Amino acid sequence: MITEHRGLRELNGSLVILEGVQHPLNEELVHLKLDDGTERTGRVVAIEGDKVALQVFEGTRGLSMVNTRTILTGKPMEIPLSPELLGRVFDGLGRPIDGLGEIYPVEMGNVNGQPMNPVSRVYPRDIIKTGISSIDCLTTLIRGQKLPIFSGSGMKHNELAVQIVRQASIADSDDFAIVFAAMGVKNDVAEYFRQSFESAGVMDRVVMFLNVSNDPIIERIITPRCALTAAEYLAFKENKHILVILTDMTSYCEALREFSSSKGEIPGRKGFPGYLYSDLATIYERAGIINTAKGSVTQIPILTMPNDDITHPIPDLTGYITEGQIVLDRGLDTTGVYPPVNVLSSLSRLMKDGIGEGYTRKDHSALANQLFALYAKVQDAKALASVIGEDELSDADKRVMAFGKAFDERFLGQGNDNRSIEETLDLGWELLRMLPRNELDRVDDKLLDEFYEI
Amino acid sequence: MKESNLIFGINGPVVTIKGKTTLSMLEMVYVGEQKLVGEVIALDSDKTTIQVYEDTAGLAPGEPVYGTGSQLCAELGPGILQNIFDGIERPLLALQAQSGAFIDKGLNTSALDEEKLWDVTLCVKEGDLLSGGEVYAETQETPAISHKIMLSPLLSGKIVSVNPDGAYRLRDTIAVLEDQRGERHELTLCQRWPIRMPRPVAKRLTASRPLITGQRILDTLFPVAKGGAAAIPGGFGTGKTMTQHQLAKWCDADLIVYVGCGERGNEMTQALQEFSELIDPRTGKSLMERTVLIANTSNMPVAAREASIYTGITLAEYYRDMGYHAAIMADSTSRWAEALREISGRLEEMPADEGFPAYLPSRLSEFYERAGYMEVLSHGEGSVTIIGAVSPQGSDFSEPVTQNTKRFTRCFWALDKSLAYARHYPAINWTNSYSEYLGDLEQWYHDNVGADFMQCREEISSILYEESSLMEIVKLIGADVLPDDQKLTIEIARLIRVGFLQQNAFHPDDTYVPPEKQLKMMRVILYLYHKCQQIVALQVPIGRLLETGLFDKLTKMKYDVPNDRLDLLDAYLSEIDNALGNYIRK
Repeated sequence: MITEHRGLRELNGSLVILEGVQHPLNEELVHLKLDDGTERTGRVVAIEGDKVALQVFEGTRGLSMVNTRTILTGKPMEIPLSPELLGRVFDGLGRPIDGLGEIYPVEMGNVNGQPMNPVSRVYPRDIIKTGISSIDCLTTLIRGQKLPIFSGSGMKHNELAVQIVRQASIADSDDFAIVFAAMGVKNDVAEYFRQSFESAGVMDRVVMFLNVSNDPIIERIITPRCALTAAEYLAFKENKHILVILTDMTSYCEALREFSSSKGEIPGRKGFPGYLYSDLATIYERAGIINTAKGSVTQIPILTMPNDDITHPIPDLTGYITEGQIVLDRGLDTTGVYPPVNVLSSLSRLMKDGIGEGYTRKDHSALANQLFALYAKVQDAKALASVIGEDELSDADKRVMAFGKAFDERFLGQGNDNRSIEETLDLGWELLRMLPRNELDRVDDKLLDEFYEI
Repeated sequence: MKESNLIFGINGPVVTIKGKTTLSMLEMVYVGEQKLVGEVIALDSDKTTIQVYEDTAGLAPGEPVYGTGSQLCAELGPGILQNIFDGIERPLLALQAQSGAFIDKGLNTSALDEEKLWDVTLCVKEGDLLSGGEVYAETQETPAISHKIMLSPLLSGKIVSVNPDGAYRLRDTIAVLEDQRGERHELTLCQRWPIRMPRPVAKRLTASRPLITGQRILDTLFPVAKGGAAAIPGGFGTGKTMTQHQLAKWCDADLIVYVGCGERGNEMTQALQEFSELIDPRTGKSLMERTVLIANTSNMPVAAREASIYTGITLAEYYRDMGYHAAIMADSTSRWAEALREISGRLEEMPADEGFPAYLPSRLSEFYERAGYMEVLSHGEGSVTIIGAVSPQGSDFSEPVTQNTKRFTRCFWALDKSLAYARHYPAINWTNSYSEYLGDLEQWYHDNVGADFMQCREEISSILYEESSLMEIVKLIGADVLPDDQKLTIEIARLIRVGFLQQNAFHPDDTYVPPEKQLKMMRVILYLYHKCQQIVALQVPIGRLLETGLFDKLTKMKYDVPNDRLDLLDAYLSEIDNALGNYIRK
């Protein structure tokens, strides 16, 4: 039922309160018509009798208390869906901005989605080869996984995301597509992504949702939801393998905090609303594979950790929901190692079931464990060396230090190379051969005979 | 259904009704035309507040609210095992049949299969007097578990008619009971129980038997008793879920309730798959036959997440009342506490620590107190063990949920990020963790595993303690400056850490290790330690001892000795003698 309402009762930040509304529905979509003929979009967020609180995505600037007309559409927020989405560019609310006209919808999709039934999920097992040693070998990306990149301002997370897209797309067939959502990133960054997609020749398989830093802030709350609705449609109705890149989740969370405080909600940690975990979960949990379709949704959210602090609520809560994380390291970045992946704090939870015999190679798991264990030792040796000086280290520690140096330079610092899994694993063994066999305690003798003794 | 009331306000999952209503506190209600499940959580003379267990989008003021006259209950009867439910005990497979791969709103389905025929044996006759909680029939629910059908704890009286043994459906009447007031009750295969109320027992007993988990660091260093409560706190990526899965797979409880509370969807899928494929080493049957899963993933409605913990513990208590040892894994109680915080925020209650409501500690203690080793109303003994994962914000153990959980559990298995980074799993920190059950369990270990078990345990734990203080020095000046006896301590501690505490969940033998093997491994390690101590006292440099290769060999004994060839471990002792004999004679 569509109803119209004239005038507002109260304005506060992006929140508008109406009074005397006939038959409002919770979370329905509303249009606000201004005096000058422009239109804003919003949704109902709370109802008390005939009083209704609205969240206005484009902000409340220019709204008049008397003359604003509000149209309640009686529908939740929906976006048009069709295979034609591929190759198109939309704004943060899912409206086309590439001048190619409206989408002719095959169906309409509610942006909030619905929770996947755990029994309908298919457990993800297929590796996505990224051609990046630190990821393929140590934090393997699996189709249907949600694996965020934890970065900091000024580090090369965008380059890494683009490299993953470029190298992963080559390996795959035409069932592969990318959904890209920008939330509050700079215009140059959005442009960088667009150009990179173009030069990789995948632009006709990309759907972009752009809310850049000078776009309305509250709109960002909807942007990832539009993107995921499109991704779910393409994956589960059109049977495509979708890689979703969400950047920057930190801006998203800040928009949520801004809105929450204008609603007068009780804040949790660092002023973020108490429901930040549940809210982030409704985004991240939309990755996966279901048993009624052939496609998959894989998510790579990017977030910049404020002050490089991994215990900040945004990376912290994200890490509790996602299936691992790729953490970038400021120290490696400044010494020129690219990609600057901090392998010790990075993790892929789905890796264990997607590697090994029949998936990658039988030595993969043991090799990865050994590299992790040794690299942890490198850190201890470094700490000791910083106190007593490198010369005073024992021979064993010196060997470990040399291994660490080679690991940073050769294994991590691969630049823009695209390495096959075999190349990556063989390189791992080559590095292990810098150490005597009895120091490799995570690999059993059979594998050592086969791979160490060459 | 009672007369309807009308919705006045909606705020997220919280719905209010204006004015005085006839609804009662904690009554279960149906909200709106779509009949969303909800529960009354606050009442005063101006308004009634309801939390709704489903998404409230599309709900409008003026829609009706129907009371049901009863509290939110769990349906208890055969068919619970091998099933996977959501937080309010709706079977997820039935929901899938109704709405496909995504869960719709307003789905209504019976918790248990009403059509399935169960082979029932009655164990009462006409004229028998039954009191609450006593068994009147039995059926083989799964090959592993015989389901005892018990009288509701609230009823008692005389059996006035009994049907013959045979095949019955869940709601068929199999006997009739007349209570003291002369009222007749038809007894079926199932009963209902309000999830927020602990099921009554005859007596609480002291927990004196350990829950054997097959995980060396737990069984040996920090054991939990059957009927105890343990907490596993740890930041993300430290292996909480992995540890919970290991416990669910291998612990020697009769029955497992696994609650995925606000966690990942893929993890529940994995649990479902793995538990169906794995074979229980004790019964030789699929592990799923003793397991029930409750999955309320993080993107499912937040109020149902709050209820899922109570649903889980009620199911566990029900099987305890039959005389079984049940264990409940709650992953994670922090998500449950956050659900409390979220609802509390919507009610505009005054927040305490970090926005959590002031009643957080009392809710936590109510939950953990439902664990216990009990004499049950059906005259046997049964227990519920609670193992709760805690996900502290920012890995900071001083936050309210971890701190309050510590107060109400007697076992604390602290997961450590730096161990997890070094891929030392299980990443349980041996200096921060503790178990208060050691004293209670000492006798059991003495009688059932070995008289020297506790002595070995203490020695192992003091070596680890000594190492951690030596490490402070090593970190400053390097290991080379230590005298040889301290170097030996460090080497032995390394052997204990890598060869004993570290356990590989993916290795066929190492994933579960019986207590006998744990003890023998400790004996071998300590034997080596004592021998080496003697030799070091004779001024033999430690490097010579390391060259024997004994340390490397012992590090790998966990893989080299299969669980069914424990005699091989005795050979290690003579090998140590042979290798070190020269030094001692000199």
